[in-house]
Amino acid sequence: MNQHSLLFQSMVYLAAAIVFVPLAKKMGLGAVLGYLIAGVIIGPSVMGFIGKEGEDIMHFAEFGVVMMLFLIGMELEPTLLWRLRTSILGLGGLQVLGSAAAIAALAYWLGQPINASLALGMILSLSSTAIVLQTLNEKGWMGTSAGQSAFSVLLFQDIAVIPMLAIFPLLASGAADNAELHEASLRDNLPAWGQTLVVLGAVAAIIIAGRYLVNPLMRIIARTRVRELFTAMALLMVVAIAVLMNLVGLSSALGAFLGGVVLANSEYRHELESDIEPFKGLLLGLFFIAVGASIDFSLIMEEPLLIFGLVIGLMVIKALVLLGLGKIFKLSTDQNLLFAFALADIGEFAFVLLAFSNQVHLIDSKLSAMLTAIVAISMALTPLVMLLYEKVIQPRFTCRVPEREERSSDEIHEKNPVIIAGFGRFGSMTGRFLRANGIKCTILDMDSDRVDSLHKLGIKVYYGDASRYDLLAAAGAADAKLLIVATDQIEQTRQIVELAQKYFPHLQLLVRAQQVEDTFDLMDQGVLHIYRETVDTSLRMGADALRMLGVRAYHSERAARTFFRQDERTLKGLSATRDDKKQYLISMRERIEEMEKLIVSDRIKTWLDEGQGWDAEPIRDEVRGEPEG
Amino acid sequence: MARVLINFAHPALEKSRVHQQLLTTVKGIRGITINDLYEQYPDLDINVAREQSLLEKHDIILLQHPFYWYSAPAIVKQWQDLVLEHGWAYGHTGKALKGKYFGNVISAGSAETGYHPDGKHQYPVTQFLLPFSQTAILCNMDYMAPYVIYGVHRMDIEDIRAAAQDYRRMLELLRDDKVAPSALLRLNYMNEALQLPSQTR
Repeated sequence: MNQHSLLFQSMVYLAAAIVFVPLAKKMGLGAVLGYLIAGVIIGPSVMGFIGKEGEDIMHFAEFGVVMMLFLIGMELEPTLLWRLRTSILGLGGLQVLGSAAAIAALAYWLGQPINASLALGMILSLSSTAIVLQTLNEKGWMGTSAGQSAFSVLLFQDIAVIPMLAIFPLLASGAADNAELHEASLRDNLPAWGQTLVVLGAVAAIIIAGRYLVNPLMRIIARTRVRELFTAMALLMVVAIAVLMNLVGLSSALGAFLGGVVLANSEYRHELESDIEPFKGLLLGLFFIAVGASIDFSLIMEEPLLIFGLVIGLMVIKALVLLGLGKIFKLSTDQNLLFAFALADIGEFAFVLLAFSNQVHLIDSKLSAMLTAIVAISMALTPLVMLLYEKVIQPRFTCRVPEREERSSDEIHEKNPVIIAGFGRFGSMTGRFLRANGIKCTILDMDSDRVDSLHKLGIKVYYGDASRYDLLAAAGAADAKLLIVATDQIEQTRQIVELAQKYFPHLQLLVRAQQVEDTFDLMDQGVLHIYRETVDTSLRMGADALRMLGVRAYHSERAARTFFRQDERTLKGLSATRDDKKQYLISMRERIEEMEKLIVSDRIKTWLDEGQGWDAEPIRDEVRGEPEG
Repeated sequence: MARVLINFAHPALEKSRVHQQLLTTVKGIRGITINDLYEQYPDLDINVAREQSLLEKHDIILLQHPFYWYSAPAIVKQWQDLVLEHGWAYGHTGKALKGKYFGNVISAGSAETGYHPDGKHQYPVTQFLLPFSQTAILCNMDYMAPYVIYGVHRMDIEDIRAAAQDYRRMLELLRDDKVAPSALLRLNYMNEALQLPSQTR
């Protein structure tokens, strides 16, 4: 069998991921480390399933980073950026500058040329978004002031990668020729003003297309109701941006980021996110595996002291810079320590930037290999460092910890407490009511025309199928309190319920039902709050009819409510006997008979009459038997 | 001519022989407004603006209700809590009801003798009605003696018809200023005014 066939390769990668990622997660190390370990195991150092071609795969997998930037761009709603502007620019900017300067100085002192030192400073100043955010979330520290500051810094770093990618070729231009990079670039044959024009034109094209082309196109695709077309469209957008950027000689990551920001307010945002997310995840995983495979263990064996010394040294430098910043930005001591511990590691962007700077001959491959090992080790240490903080440092400050959660929900990512799935005639009423009472809802709907028209009214409605896990997750199901399921197809409703119960068990479900049978199905699924869609209206109509016939309004009102309660009770009783189909049929007949009985029976003397306390007749009977007095 | 408002509260009028008769007897008389609270607000959701404007348009406000558990049916409490707003009915700027007269019109199952120290209710009706009289006073109104129909448990239909006619006569006296409301402040029961020789102001 050809060991290098594409299928065999895919099998090795996927199997390694499936085996090691869950293992790593189980041990509390996180998915990124799982991928890295998987890469180490299948790489040349251990099992040797993959060898040199790992590098090619890394180039391919780098596209995952482009996708990640697209998604990050899409998460960056301008309002969020604005709210966090001080901490992003101040804290984030100073962190990158401070760490980069300190590390560059160290590198220069160790004998690196000035250009390479600067590049190293920038590369190693970044922290791992993937590992840090995940760990903070896992431990519930996202809401603390340290967690929030860390988020701002990571955000700035994610953005800072883009100018770095642009600067590196400039730094390298003195050191080596980088003609190969520009081989396909349109710019080369143009004069300087022409080059600028082409670049501006490309950026403008992305913004204009994002603004005016994507939404109408998505609408057309939505009408076809062919699901995979969305995925195709989402991928096409990212790939097209990358191609365009390559064509004009710009970073495709920058282009993707820009495209993402332009689409941040699109009603198809969640849909796009959930379509690209798995590709991004897999490609990034692949990327991490390739990184793991490329860790040169012989290098570490050769100079273990130097490498571990550098890891510790770098992390201490970064931690010191962070501690200083925390002091300036008035974090309390325990929070400041958490902030410093969390961001002391070196992040996954370092791999990308290392590979890139190697490519432009800014850093030689031996140093690059050593640094790859250093970055990987520092990432592996992050969960351990956080564990150290949790077990040793945090207990000393226990009295000061309890500022959790509360703040994060409004300050970091503004997630709404209510998700409404289905915004048709039913869901829209509920939605409008909640809105009128100042409750913010995230709305998901499947009808692209409706999404479009509601969007014009300034209502935030997202196009998408709420019975998909990724879309619910993107809509913030993990943080929401209530999920209102107002879809009109019972199949879909049941799927959403099942999904929510499985993956978001904390969500309280309020579910719309149409037919009696649907109600039973939902009861079987364990839904507690079921709303049969016409019951309230028909009973209100009935109550009004009673009134028009001269019955007292208050009596009519109470009669309708009593009737409603009685009907619900009967339904629950019926639901219990439904498993046996025959029994069910009998019960249906019984139900009709019972209703008939209720209807036929004397209005005053039966369950409709619950106002016994207002009836003086029994007292009169008693009093008449007594002597006057 | 005084304008008289009857705020009426009975949660199950269909079961009340007395109040059905009272209402049919006084319904449609010129100058008397009947405001049937339970019929108006079956969900107990009081329209405050409407209620306040009704109060403003009348000089004498009567609250007609059965004497449930020494008080009024539930909607009356809801009405008081929502309609008698601070700054409107009471408080430094709350003078909307100044100069108006307020009185309870109640039906009680027991005879008057039950409302004596040695009767089964031990206290006179006026004492049970203290929350109403004090509320009226706080809202700058004068509290008239209550109109009480005692012993309704033992009444037959003829008795009830007679009581209803008396009630109608009482309302007409008030409407036509034949009885000055201020004269009713000193009586034990408003009913006593029916026995007084016809008087004008």
